[in-house]
Formats: sequence, C-alpha cells, structure tokens
Amino acid sequence: MTDIQHYVAPTSLEQAAETLRAGDVTILAGGTDLMPQSQSGRLKIKRTLMNIHHVPELNGIAIDGGAIRIGALATMTDMLQSKLLQQHLPILVEACDHFASDQIRNAATLGGNICNASPAGDTLVPLLALDAEVELASKPNGSLSRRRMPLSEFFIGPGRTKLGATELLTGVRIPLPGPARTARFFKFGTRPALDISTVSIAIAGTLKDGALSQVRVAFGAVAPVPMRAPRTEQALEGRRLDAASIDAIADVARDEVTPIDDVRASAWYRKELIHNITKRMLAHVAQT
Amino acid sequence: MSLKHEIEFSLNGVKRRATVRVDMSALDMLREVIGLTGTKYGCGEGECGACTILVDGLSLNACLMFAVDCQGRELVTIEGLAADARADALRAAFVEHGAVQCGYCTPGMVMQASHVLAAHPHADAAAIKRGIEGNLCRCTGYKKIVDAIASVNSADKEGVAP
Repeated sequence: MTDIQHYVAPTSLEQAAETLRAGDVTILAGGTDLMPQSQSGRLKIKRTLMNIHHVPELNGIAIDGGAIRIGALATMTDMLQSKLLQQHLPILVEACDHFASDQIRNAATLGGNICNASPAGDTLVPLLALDAEVELASKPNGSLSRRRMPLSEFFIGPGRTKLGATELLTGVRIPLPGPARTARFFKFGTRPALDISTVSIAIAGTLKDGALSQVRVAFGAVAPVPMRAPRTEQALEGRRLDAASIDAIADVARDEVTPIDDVRASAWYRKELIHNITKRMLAHVAQT
Repeated sequence: MSLKHEIEFSLNGVKRRATVRVDMSALDMLREVIGLTGTKYGCGEGECGACTILVDGLSLNACLMFAVDCQGRELVTIEGLAADARADALRAAFVEHGAVQCGYCTPGMVMQASHVLAAHPHADAAAIKRGIEGNLCRCTGYKKIVDAIASVNSADKEGVAP
C-alpha cells in the first residue's frame, strides 16, 4: 500500500524547490525506473509525489559558456538526436544509443539515470570521462540556491548520491572538448537491446605523438559506483601507446576494479573483460 | 485509500477525463479505468513492449508511465490506429505474412512498427530489427514480423500503399 498524500506538478524551479523544502518528496521524471521499483515494493513513494515534467528550466541541450549544458529532463532520444552532442560529445550519444530500447529511450531522462546511481548506469561512464559536473538547486531559506559538483564526487554507493533531500538535480555541464581531444566508449552486454552492462568503459585524452595526456578513464559495473580509475589514468598519462605499454596499462586496469559476482557475470570474468576491452580500445586509439 | 487525481488528455483523437490513482500506470488506466484492452500487459517492467503506445508521437511503454503524467498529452493506442492508413497496411501485411502466432505481442509490435515507419519510412530490415528491439515475441516469430513490416516499407517506396 502506498501512503501518498499529495501529487504536485510544479511549473517552475522555484515551486519545485519549495515543494522539496517541505520534505518527504519522491521525484517523478521519466518514470521508467520509479514505476517498476515502486510497483515491486523495492522503493516506497514518499508522502508527496512531484512530477517535474513541467519545469521549463530542466529542459534543453545548449552551449553555455565553454560548456554544454544538458537539462535533467533531456531524454535518451533527445540526446541521441542532438546535433550538438553528435558533434562535440559522440561517446555520450553512443551510450544513449546502447540504452535499453526505443520505448525506454523516449521516456528515460538523463537526470533520472544520474540520480538512480546504478553502478551500471549507461550514461554515467562517458559522463565521468567527459569531466561532467552536476547542477543542483534548492531553496533553503526563501531564495533559490545553486551549487555544482563534479560527477566523480556525486556517487556514494549503489543507488546513493550526495543529492540533498531538499535538492533537485537541474542539469549537467560538460566542458567543450578541445580539437585534439579523443574519446572512446564501449559497453559489453549479452544482447544489444535492454541489457544491463556487464562492464562499460570510457577513455578520453588529448592524443599527441602516439600518447594520451590529461587522461580520463571511467569504468561501469565493476565497483559499488560508476568509477573514475586514477591508477589506470596515471599509467596511461603521457605514455607512448605500443603493444607492450598497452599490455601493462590493461593489467593496471584489471587490478584497479573491484567487481562482484552476480547474475550477469562473475567478478573474475568482469576483470578479464576490463583487461581485454581496455587493451582493444587503446589499440584502436593507437591506430588513429 | 490511495490518493486519486483527475487528469485530462487526448486519447485516440478524443478528449478524455479520468480519475486515477497517483501511483497507477498508464497501462492500468487504459485497461481498467477506461476499458481499452488492446494494449497488453506483458512484463510490467518495460522489457517486452506488449504495452507500447504513442504519447505525443513517441512510442512508450505504458507500463512504465505514470497515469497522472498523461495530463495534457496526446495518447494513441492500438484501437486508435484504426484510422491510420499506414497502420491499415501494417495490419494487412501482418495477416498476409502470417506474422501473428499467439498474437499477444501483436498490438505492441504494430504500434512500434508504425512508429518506426513514421520516423523512417524507408527503414530496411536491419533498421526495423533495431526499431523493434524493445518488443519481445515469445513465439519467436520475428522473421515474419520483420518481413511484414518491410513489405509495408517497400510498398511505400513503390507508391502502392498506403
């Protein structure tokens, strides 16, 4: 049984933040996770169900300063079809393309994918490699207060984030990559559609003379949170990519992850995947 | 009792009002409140596509959508496709190709096929397969389903139908 006492659909960020300040709120956006989780009893909808679909500020994909800002309500389909993202952030578009099915891509939002904080969340790994920041808003004392946080600090455990109980994630900001920036993404699953990642990997860096610098490496589904991999990044930083160095870096990657055994794969298998796919991706980078 | 909320939306081109539980899915609303049972309940978690409907022109799993979120939106269900020429051609093609076995996935398949062809009128077999990857047929009659959808696509190209 549910104890929902109020349903609200605010039409401004101010109203939404006001509702959150009153406390005990469950946020509804795409609904693709909230519905099955609440129906199965894994999640209990709180006293107030707040539908944020009508808050204009949560929409849009646009360049803002030196960054691309993606509103929390952008769906996977919105991102997949965005010319701006196709041009500047192709690995994010790739992740959206591998996301569930057409029906779910048409409903599921970026904000939802982030706030659900699944270690296997499809967009989270490329976002980490792209240095994304989350924008958070709240209304602690009568006026709207905003803060930003690197996505790499946002996740604290499976399904758990640093989002405050009275805060709303309004969007994501990703610095516009420079012209020499290169990035790769790979999701491994057993079938193309509707599969939860067994592992996923994103690698970004500035490629010069066969070596990557300012390296970002992110892994999904191999730790309690989608993770940046600082040791692998360090091993990769400035190192000329050849067969021997790629082997050594892939070894570091395998040792850095801490996967679990579950229905999708054993921990051992996931470590082997991280090793082999990292190797393959770096070989691909080396050839360009 | 659970909280209820009144919503207004367009259903198959007609304005509707409904009073729904706030935690109810659009699928339950269609089947149990409104009484349109063409949209099927398969898995209830977005894996099978049997409950595919169109909302503001995009295909969605009705089982994953909150009924209250239908407020102000345009819904089309399999019943509403009757007035659509492409859907007519699809229906005929499904019959002609024997693309229906037990039939449970058919309404969702037709809804999704109609959405795929609306977005990509000349989708080839690979694009059609990609388009219906969120729809499961437990009889596994995919080949005939893809053939049926592709035949409507090629009829389109020749200007024969719809």
